[in-house]
Amino acid sequence: MLEFVLRRILHSAVSIVGVSIVIFTISRMSGDPLLLLLPMDAPSEVIAAKRIQLGLDRPYVIQYFTFAKNALLGDFGFSYRWNVPALQLVLERLPATIELACAAMVFSLSVAIPFGVFSAVHRGSWFDRFGKVFAMLGQAMPNFWIGLIAIMVFAVGLKWLPAFGRGTLAHLVLPAIALGWYPVAAMTRIIRSGMLDVLDAEYIRMGRAVGAPEWILIWKYAFRNAAIPLVTVLGVYFAASLGGAFVVETVFAWPGLGRTVVEAVFSRDFPVVQAGVLVIAFLFVVTNMIVDISYGLIDPRIRHDR
Amino acid sequence: MTADIYPKNAHRISAMRSHIRRIFFRGSTKPPILSLAFLAVIIVTAIGSQAISPYDPNALNLANNFQPPFWDEAGSFHHPLGTDNLGRDILSRIMAGTRVTVVVTFYAIIFSGGIGALLGMVAGYFGGWTDTIIMRLVDIQLSIPALALALVLAAVLGSGLSTVIIVIVVTYWSWYARIIRGEILSIKGRDYIALAKVAGCGPVIIFWRHLLPNILNILLVLASLQIGQVIIFEASLSFLGLGIQMPDVSWGLMLSDARGYMGNAWWAITMPGIAIMLTCLSANIMGDWLRDIFDPKRNQL
Repeated sequence: MLEFVLRRILHSAVSIVGVSIVIFTISRMSGDPLLLLLPMDAPSEVIAAKRIQLGLDRPYVIQYFTFAKNALLGDFGFSYRWNVPALQLVLERLPATIELACAAMVFSLSVAIPFGVFSAVHRGSWFDRFGKVFAMLGQAMPNFWIGLIAIMVFAVGLKWLPAFGRGTLAHLVLPAIALGWYPVAAMTRIIRSGMLDVLDAEYIRMGRAVGAPEWILIWKYAFRNAAIPLVTVLGVYFAASLGGAFVVETVFAWPGLGRTVVEAVFSRDFPVVQAGVLVIAFLFVVTNMIVDISYGLIDPRIRHDR
Repeated sequence: MTADIYPKNAHRISAMRSHIRRIFFRGSTKPPILSLAFLAVIIVTAIGSQAISPYDPNALNLANNFQPPFWDEAGSFHHPLGTDNLGRDILSRIMAGTRVTVVVTFYAIIFSGGIGALLGMVAGYFGGWTDTIIMRLVDIQLSIPALALALVLAAVLGSGLSTVIIVIVVTYWSWYARIIRGEILSIKGRDYIALAKVAGCGPVIIFWRHLLPNILNILLVLASLQIGQVIIFEASLSFLGLGIQMPDVSWGLMLSDARGYMGNAWWAITMPGIAIMLTCLSANIMGDWLRDIFDPKRNQL
């Protein structure tokens, strides 16, 4: 088991190093960062001095190692725009993003669980068929459009909920729905098929024969077992919603990491882009690693497979 | 005389017919006629949008702005889906956006599928170091959220049609590579591959004649399941302002425009979204159908 965990951690570390190389290379391709840092009419000796000062005259590989060393120490340079350390800016915005991702997860679960259980119990009913159509529609709608429609109906039209910003619980509702909509379909399907497997099991039929009430059979005995596959995919959806945050945060002016990175892209604020994307990739990799390790804990076959 | 009634290659035609029938009506999976028809309409619109669109998608008509769709009391059939804040006809703009959507989807899928399948085949067939390097790249690729990578790339390349296609290809090749590699691993141990090697076939011939035909079905299913994702991805990028730029028209860009005046014109923000939704829905239904036909055992693609 220890070997499996260590190997998995090593894998993740390699992935993160790879991500950092990719991001570093892409942002170096964008042209000379000096042109962004200095005024257009800076004299050539000033440019040359600055180049040596920042180490941009050294070979690419050396530059990468300098970047990686500094990144490991948490130093991504200063934001060109805000003039504060890039990592500090990114970490300040991170809690808002995690808050939103958690709220989206809560929304997805609170829709998917009753839908999945109900459509498994009443398999083939109109509700089950409606659920299927609903799920297909959910996967065909971009999350930002759901957000826009929700703003138009609930914020602009009915004026029930605020459309922008962060603060009260009410601010969280619409963005969480927009971000949590997509996973609902997949989660419902997982719960439904899990329930279908379990509902035919001996112990459920036994319980029924003994005369236990149907709702106890469903929720206490069947659902608990059907939920196991759901627990294992939760991490994956959490990681995915970190990626989805870019668009949804922009729609709702949510002061999170995603919106910060999008704005930094527009103002060509590369330290912030690099720090933001690396932090998101780091969270993504770590979440997936935890998911994999927990698979290994639950199912010993996976441990020995790799 | 019979020769006139039955053409020489009659047996071939009938074999082909039964093959087609098998594809369309194998088992209980009936073709989703409605979805296929809708996709056909989309493609025809994309090809002929300039000829059949009622207005120039960029023609301004400020006197005529905020016209509601025809079923509204104030609306008319002059602008069936209404007009936006600058009086541009929304139906014409959606038709012009169809063109961009189809072009992006087509190239993105061809290139990401081609590159991904090739790398997956190479990794699976040769194994060893090649496999390790390619699969490590896939892992790295999969550990960056797609939109994050897209943002970095768009920041560097600038926005536009070709950027969108490049970003999608860079994002999705790994998906093909991983699945195709797995498939090749299960195929390459078969006898006919070993026999082909004994007979002196080089890797190129083995790839082309023996491996590719065996993965074509899966490739087709993967590609059709990818259509919806590509469309949403393009719309998201254009919505953020990193994709298609004015004066080109894209559904995502229309939504980004309409965001500013959603209180005045609900149709301007609803219609392009419905276009995205129906197209993705049809593509996903088609993908599910193809998967049921070609890959009934594994529903995991």
